[in-house]
Amino acid sequence: MQYAPQLYSGALRMTRSKSDAEDLVQETYLRAYRGYAGFTDGTNLRAWLFRILTNTFINTYRAKQRRVQETELDDVEDLYLYRRISNVDVASRSAEDTLFDLFPDDEVKAALESLPESFRLPVLLADVEEFSYKEIAEMLDIPIGTVMSRLHRGRKAMQKALLDFASDRGLLARTPDVGTNLIDG
Amino acid sequence: MADCNETLRELETFLDGELTDDTLLGIRAHLGTCQDCLQAFDFHAELRTVISAKCQSDEMPPGLLEKIQACFGDDALGTGEHTH
Repeated sequence: MQYAPQLYSGALRMTRSKSDAEDLVQETYLRAYRGYAGFTDGTNLRAWLFRILTNTFINTYRAKQRRVQETELDDVEDLYLYRRISNVDVASRSAEDTLFDLFPDDEVKAALESLPESFRLPVLLADVEEFSYKEIAEMLDIPIGTVMSRLHRGRKAMQKALLDFASDRGLLARTPDVGTNLIDG
Repeated sequence: MADCNETLRELETFLDGELTDDTLLGIRAHLGTCQDCLQAFDFHAELRTVISAKCQSDEMPPGLLEKIQACFGDDALGTGEHTH
């Protein structure tokens, strides 16, 4: 049961509901237990469990949730967050002004959960669970190129959500948009 | 060696650990000489760490572990000792 806490956190990000997440984790263990003969010893148990979790979520909960069109995800420029909160003088950020302290847990979770499902799942599986492109492609049954493009767009949208939360707290007044022009430099 | 544009274009794939060896060498060489790109990479690596840590900080609901154990036994998938 060592993976149960990770599976529960993943289930929460997927379902955005504590009771649904609890059900999803139980259903995942049920299916894993029934299908354990199909698990090959020596392979990655965590990846196998997350694959079941993801499939169960997609098959069980996707139908319940209102589908959000992918086109509703705004196009966000590259290095969106970096250009806005990382001043030219990044090195002078004080110890207590790290990214870890700038973004509270709740806002980071909410930013991820704000993504439409087709972007939320790849970002969750890559950035939180650290699965490879190949593993994610298999879990979501999409080509690796699609995994990469959804990660790219999803990550930028998540950065924008993070900055929007931070702006609401007045962060922007402290660190104005300085536009370091890295790419053109 | 890669230039700034190539390097920043590969930022995500680099952090994902999915670059081919050849590309990786070029990116590493550039990062060794370019403070601006290195800063951008550091920022995103730190951001990735923060996102990963904060999105796993959920407390399991009381009783969930027990429920799973009650259904499937103490060694339910993950404690290592599992027989087919």
